[in-house]
Amino acid sequence: MSFDNAYEALTEDNDTRWAFGTGFVDPLAGIDTSVPSGVDAAELARSCLWLGDDALIMSHRLQEWCAAAPELEDEVALANIGLDLLGQARLLLARAAKADPSLVPAVEQSDEDALAFFRDAADFHNVRLVELGGGDFAFLMARLLVFSTWRLAVFQRLVDSPDQVVTAIAAKGIKELAYHRDYAARWVVRLGDGTDLSHERMQAGLNAVWPYVDELFDSDTSDGAALRAEFDAVMSQVITAGTLSRPPAREAAETRSLEPLLAEMQSVARAHPDATW
Amino acid sequence: MNLEDHFDETIARDQRIEPRDWMPDGYRRTMVRQVAQHAHSEIIGMQPEGDWITRAPSLRRKAILLAKVQDEAGHGLYLYSAAETLGADRDDLTERLIEGRQKYSSIFNYPTLTFADVGVIGWLVDGAAICNQVPLCRSSYGPYARAMIRICKEESFHQRQGYELLMTMMSGTQAQRNMVQDATNRWWWPSLMMFGPPDAQSTNTAQSMAWKIKRHTNDELRQRFVDMSVPQAEKLGVTLPDPDLKWNAERGHHDFGQIDWEHFKEVVSGNGPCNEIRLTRRRQAHEDGQWVRDAAAAYAAKQQREAVA
Repeated sequence: MSFDNAYEALTEDNDTRWAFGTGFVDPLAGIDTSVPSGVDAAELARSCLWLGDDALIMSHRLQEWCAAAPELEDEVALANIGLDLLGQARLLLARAAKADPSLVPAVEQSDEDALAFFRDAADFHNVRLVELGGGDFAFLMARLLVFSTWRLAVFQRLVDSPDQVVTAIAAKGIKELAYHRDYAARWVVRLGDGTDLSHERMQAGLNAVWPYVDELFDSDTSDGAALRAEFDAVMSQVITAGTLSRPPAREAAETRSLEPLLAEMQSVARAHPDATW
Repeated sequence: MNLEDHFDETIARDQRIEPRDWMPDGYRRTMVRQVAQHAHSEIIGMQPEGDWITRAPSLRRKAILLAKVQDEAGHGLYLYSAAETLGADRDDLTERLIEGRQKYSSIFNYPTLTFADVGVIGWLVDGAAICNQVPLCRSSYGPYARAMIRICKEESFHQRQGYELLMTMMSGTQAQRNMVQDATNRWWWPSLMMFGPPDAQSTNTAQSMAWKIKRHTNDELRQRFVDMSVPQAEKLGVTLPDPDLKWNAERGHHDFGQIDWEHFKEVVSGNGPCNEIRLTRRRQAHEDGQWVRDAAAAYAAKQQREAVA
């Protein structure tokens, strides 16, 4: 390594790993995005948009934990999960836009950014579970466990989608979501079976997210019951291991959290609608 | 040969001191301080840019920024681990940070006012950090030197990403170009201060150079940074806010204006614009996480008891 010039020193060994950015401009670059015959393009776009919105909003809630995690290892893990979900959101929003361009707001931005930054709350289709604001680390882990358990089960079915783009997104996402679920489950067990205080908070966290579980399975697909059974089996296992109890059924309240979340997320993009970033 | 002679000879041969080698107490203390301050800087440094993650104006920039701030947490982790090889304890170092007994880089005591600050921090602040840190890849303390190699590679990556953001913004709207110039104006002088006081006033330099835990003086590194930044600013199309900045053919370097060291001292001693905010936030996160860490420890102890039983 040369030490006379900082930049030469970093590039002279020609380590190509450092030549690539973490950013890619078009998430679906080079991929055949034509909709296969026999697939309803509007329906495909709708489901991609919904799944993309879930990932985008959940990622935002994880981003809010930046510099606030209980330990550095968790700082790294939460950012990692936030990045995975952001990546899923980008691919799914881009897929939705290609399948049904009429969904995309008419602004001079890429499809994914037009969808993320130039739609109003009424046009978002995320589940309420991800938009809930505030909460402590136990609440975050309860929400992440519920979310990733459900989403993993959904993605495991999407690998059989007739659309190859969705199949590829799902195959990539499964590995990520399995890790997210594992991370959350370990914390739920640790907090549940840790101290009296952590047990109490973990139970409170589970109780707080539980009313938003039913909505995840509100689909018209015939597979809904099987999906729910799979979800319940995982949750029971974790709840038991964490010496916790299954929360009582409760009515889900409106969250009123999406508008302020979007106001923050979209603030810079909307202040400069003609800008390129 | 006694232990001290052996240590001196290892340094003289440009070989590394490793954790289990004998080292003078002063060397150990200085290394712990240097590595801990670096670790603290990475962790506090997550805040000014982290503030923009939720507001990043494109999903690509959001991903880049989140990954960068995650890298900083990772750097903090390696560095605390390197400090632990010297017998320090991460919890104790964290206490020292949040009680204000150990310092972090003063650069993070300035606010990030617009999204252009994210790019300028990458370009200038990470650029200055690289100038400071590349020579540390040859630090005489092995674990630190090895950690610095990886950290420098990631920093250089961040620097290029920051610069690329600024290039994109400069080709955007007039409002974006104004943001970039304004951020450059605010960050230029604090970046020059990152190299520390002038050599004549730097109390630790001589011993640190002798121990090879520092390889160049503050003024040498600062000059190198100025010389590198001038053509980068030209290419970008921004002006550096220093009327005295000009090429000196005789010296083969750029001359530049007087740094306001009184201001620097104020910021170091806790009176910068954001010192209070940064430390309060770090303290809050640490305190809010106490019950979580307690629970993890209690759970691990239970598991261990069960494994034994």
